[in-house]
Amino acid sequence: MTTFLKLLFRNRLAAVGAVVLAAILLLALITPILPLADPDVTATADRFQRPFSTGHLLGTDHLGRDLLSRLLWGTRLSLAVGIVAALVAATIGSGIGIVAGYFGGRTDNIIMRGVDMLMAFPYILLALAIVAALGPGLMNALIAVAAVNIPFFARNIRGVTVGLAGREFIDAARLAGMGHTRIILTELLPNVLSTIVIAMSTTVGWMILETAGLSFLGLGSQPPQADLGSMLGEARSALITNPHTSVVPGIMIFLIVMSINLLGDGVRDALDPRLRSGALTRPRAVTLVDRRGNVPHADQKGLLNIQQLETQFHVGPRVYRAVNKVSLHVNPGEALGVIGESGSGKSVTALSVMGLVASPPGVITGGAVRYEGEDLLAASYDSLRRKRGNNVAYIFQDPLSTLHPLYRVGDQLIEAIQAHHKVPDAEAKARAIELLKAVRIPNPESRIRNFPHEMSGGMRQRVGIAMALANDPDVIIADEPTTALDVTVQAQILSLLDDLRRERGLAIIFITHDFGVVAQLCDRVAVMYAGRIVEEGPTATILEHPAHPYTKRLMACVPELGGGKRELAAIPGLPPVVSDLPPGCAFAPRCTKATEACQQGEIDLAGTATHTVRCIHPEEELA
Amino acid sequence: MTALKVRDLSKTFPIGGGLLGRARAGVRAVRPMSFEVQTGETLGIVGESGCGKSTLARMLVGLLEPTTGRIEIEDRPLDNADPAAFGKLIQYVFQDPVSSLNPRKTIKQIMEAPLKRLYGLDAEERMGRIREIFASVNLREEFLDRYPHEFSGGQAQRIGIARALAAAPRIIILDEPVSALDVSVQAQVLNLLAGLREEFNLTYLFISHDLAVVEAVSDRIMVLYFGSVVEIGPAEEVFKTPRHPYTKLLADSAPVVGRALSAPEQKDSELPDPLNPPTGCAFAGRCPRATERCLTAEPELKPLGEHQLAACHHPLEG
Ligand SMILES: Nc1ncnc2c1ncn2[C@@H]1O[C@H](COP(=O)(O)OP(=O)(O)OP(=O)(O)O)[C@@H](O)[C@H]1O
Ligand code: SF4
Ligand code: SF4
Ligand SMILES: [Mg+2]
Repeated sequence: MTTFLKLLFRNRLAAVGAVVLAAILLLALITPILPLADPDVTATADRFQRPFSTGHLLGTDHLGRDLLSRLLWGTRLSLAVGIVAALVAATIGSGIGIVAGYFGGRTDNIIMRGVDMLMAFPYILLALAIVAALGPGLMNALIAVAAVNIPFFARNIRGVTVGLAGREFIDAARLAGMGHTRIILTELLPNVLSTIVIAMSTTVGWMILETAGLSFLGLGSQPPQADLGSMLGEARSALITNPHTSVVPGIMIFLIVMSINLLGDGVRDALDPRLRSGALTRPRAVTLVDRRGNVPHADQKGLLNIQQLETQFHVGPRVYRAVNKVSLHVNPGEALGVIGESGSGKSVTALSVMGLVASPPGVITGGAVRYEGEDLLAASYDSLRRKRGNNVAYIFQDPLSTLHPLYRVGDQLIEAIQAHHKVPDAEAKARAIELLKAVRIPNPESRIRNFPHEMSGGMRQRVGIAMALANDPDVIIADEPTTALDVTVQAQILSLLDDLRRERGLAIIFITHDFGVVAQLCDRVAVMYAGRIVEEGPTATILEHPAHPYTKRLMACVPELGGGKRELAAIPGLPPVVSDLPPGCAFAPRCTKATEACQQGEIDLAGTATHTVRCIHPEEELA
Repeated sequence: MTALKVRDLSKTFPIGGGLLGRARAGVRAVRPMSFEVQTGETLGIVGESGCGKSTLARMLVGLLEPTTGRIEIEDRPLDNADPAAFGKLIQYVFQDPVSSLNPRKTIKQIMEAPLKRLYGLDAEERMGRIREIFASVNLREEFLDRYPHEFSGGQAQRIGIARALAAAPRIIILDEPVSALDVSVQAQVLNLLAGLREEFNLTYLFISHDLAVVEAVSDRIMVLYFGSVVEIGPAEEVFKTPRHPYTKLLADSAPVVGRALSAPEQKDSELPDPLNPPTGCAFAGRCPRATERCLTAEPELKPLGEHQLAACHHPLEG
C-alpha cells in the first residue's frame, strides 16, 4: 500500500489530480454545514449579480439565486449521482463479466453477444432512449448512465476473468470442494478487484459528464434542484450577456473530470506491475552500459568473446549481481554449453551480449563483449540493431516472446528477412518456405498462412528457430530452446542445429540444464552458479571427471534413462539470492566439503589451459 | 487391491458449433481406454504434447465429464463429474506450482479449504491436521501466514502437495509435478513424494514428458499416443525392451550422455491430424514397420512377453 502511494505521488500530474479532487470532495461533504444561502430561493430583484458582489461571492443566476450555494449543492449532487452510477455500473457489469468469463462456453457466448448488441448503439443515443422510456428525472438519468456503462465493465472484467479461470488455482479450489458461487466470490473476485477499481477510476469522470449532459438537456435533475448540468443548461440563454453563470459550473465540471482522469491514470500506472518493479520510465532500447574500471583488452579469443562481463539489477536500494565477471567465447562451428539452475545468470549473460537486458533495472557495469574484435557494449544502437538477427540471433525458451500473436507466421518470417536484406516479396516468401522446411515443419506452403496460436508449441518453437536462421547469422544464442518440447521434437531440433554448425560454421551458445543435451551437442561446457562460472572445460572431461563439487552433485540429481527405479540424489537447500552474497564460495552453505577457508575471500578460476574450476577443494586436481 | 479401475474411458471435445448451432465434428482427445492401478503403485504416463495426458487426468479427478466410460476408485464407481465427490478419493498436483496457488490467499487459507469444505472440520481440528501435514512435507509452520509469491518454486510445489494431502485422498495425480522446478530441487520433491507414498499408502499417477524421471519413479509405465494407450508395462522393461515402435522412438530420442546425436526419425514424417484421424494405426505415418494392414485395421492392446502389453500389428522383439 505504501509503495502504491509512493508510486502514485511520484507522478506529479496524478498528485495534482488527487489534491484537487480531495479539495472538491471535502467541499461537497461539508456543504450542508457551510453558512450558505438557500440554493433554491429566488430573488428576481438580485438577478445576474456579478461575482464578488456583496453577499454573493460568485454572483447570482437568472432567478437571483446564489451561485456559490447552487454550485456547491450542485457539485454535491453531480458527484453523488456520478459515483453511484459508477458503483452500479461496476457492480452489475463486473458481475456479468465474471459469470461470463468463469462459466465460458455457451453462457459466455450468449451474455457477450447481448453486451455487444448494447455496445453497437451510440452511447448517448442509448442513454437518451432509456431516459425517454423512463421519463426525465435524476434517478432515471442515473439508471441510464449506469446502463450504458455496464458493457464497458462487463467486457473488461470478462477478459481478466477468462485469464484467471484457466489458472490452476481455480481447478484446485474445485477439488477442495468449493462450489461455483464460493469460487467466484472468494477465488476470483479478490483477483479482479484491482481491475474493477482501475476501470472505475477511469470512468467515473465520464459518468459525471454524461449525467451533466442529460441534465443539460433537461432530462436529468428537475428545477429548482441544481446539479452542474442543469446549471449550465439554465445559463445557456444568458451565455453572452452574463457569461459568469455558465463559466462557474463549467470550470467546476472541468476541474472534476480533469482531476479524476489524472488520478485515474496515475492509479492505473501505479498498479501496473511492470512499473512497480522498475522506475516510472520507459524501458530503453539498449541495456544501459555504465562501466566502472577499465575495459578489458581484446584477446583474440573466438568469434564472440565475452570478457569479464558484469551485469546488475538495481532495484531500489538493492543490487542484484546477476552476472559477475563472466568470460566465455565461441569459435565458428563450435557449440558451447552453459549449464546452471534458474537464477544462476545464464539468461542475463546471453541477453547482455546484444544489449537486450531490460533497463532499468538492468545495468552492465563492467567487461566487454567482442564480436570479431569489436566491443558491442560500446557500439551505437544502430550498429547493434544491424547485428541483431543478422550476425547474432537468439532462440528463446518461450516462442511466443518472438512471435507476434496477430500476424501470420509467414509474414513475420518475411519481415525478418526483409529487415536486413532488401529482397522482393516473392523471393522473401520462397526463402520463408525454405526455412520452415529446414526446421522440419510439414507442409510449409500452407503453414506460412497460420497464426501462431494455430500451431502446437513444438511447431511454434520451430518457427522461432526459423526466425533466428532467417538471416544466416554467424552466432546463435539459444536459451533453453528445447526444454518445453517433446523428446522427439527436441531430437530433431538438436540434430538440425548440429548440422548447421557443421555445414555452415555456425557458432552456438546453448543454455540448458540438461546434461544429456550438452553431452550430445556441445564441445565445451561452462557451469554457472550464483552469477559466476564455477567450472569450464571440454564436455567429455567435465562429464567424466567433474572438478567442482556443484557440478558433480548437479549431475547426480539428473536421472538418466535406463537406470530403473531409484532414489535420486538431491542437493539440500536453495541457490542463493544474488543481492547479498556471502564472501567466498556461494555454494558453501550447500557443500559437504566446505571448510572455513571457502568462506574467506574471492576464489579464482584455476586449472589448466582448457579445464578450469573455482574451488579450494576440487573433486579432481587439475594440473 | 485395485485402487483405480478405468473402463472404456473416452473424451471427445465438440468443435465448431456457434451460439445456437449444434457441434458437428469432435476432437477425440482420449479414445476409449481401460486400465487398472494397484494400491501403493506408481503408474507413469508418458507421451507427446497433445496426446491426451492432461485430459485423462482431468477426467480422473472429475474436472472434466467423460464422454464414455466408468471410473472406479477402490471398487466404488464415480460417474457424476463432481470434483467435491472425487476430492476425498483422488487429488491433483499441478504442473505450475505458483499458478496453482491463489495469489490473494495466505497459505493457511489455501490449506484450510479442503479440510473445511470436504470434511467440515472446525478451526482447531483444521490447525491440528495442517500441523501434521506440514511436518510430513518438511514445511515450517510460520509459512502459513505468508502469500504464495513469497515462495520459491520448490517450496510452492511442496505446498501444492500438502494441499492435496489435506484432502486425505487415496490416489494423487501428479501432472508434470517437477518440470517447472530446478534440477537440484526436482530431486528433493521426487524423494519427498516417494516418502509420502510409503507413509500414507498412496497410489500415484505420474505424468511427465521427461522419460528418465518417469522411469526413476514409476513401477509401471503407460505410453500414450494420439489419445490411445499404445504400450504398458513394468518401468524397467518399457524403455529397455520397447515392443511398440513409438515407445522405441521415444527411448531413442531422449538425450543420453554417451550416445551420439542423431535424429531417430525421418524428416518428413507426418503427425496425425486430430480433425481428420487416420484409419488403422495412428502411428502408421511415422512408423518404419508399417504395412498395408496397419493402414486399415486399428491394432488392439495385447499381451506380449510376461507383463508388457502393446497395440501393434508388428511389435518389436523383446
Ligand atoms: N528484470 C529483473 N529484475 C530484477 N532481477 C532480475 C531481473 N531479471 C533477472 N533478474 C535476476 O537475475 C538473476 C539471474 O537470472 P537469469 O534469468 O539469468 O537466470 P537463469 O539462469 O537464466 O534462470 P532460468 O533457468 O530460470 O531461466 C536472478 O537472480 C534473477 O532474479
Ligand atoms: S570452494 Fe569450498 S565450499 Fe565452494 S565448492 Fe569448493 S569445497 Fe565447496
Ligand atoms: S501397427 Fe503398424 S504402423 Fe502401427 S506401430 Fe505397429 S507396425 Fe507401426
Ligand atoms: Mg533463463
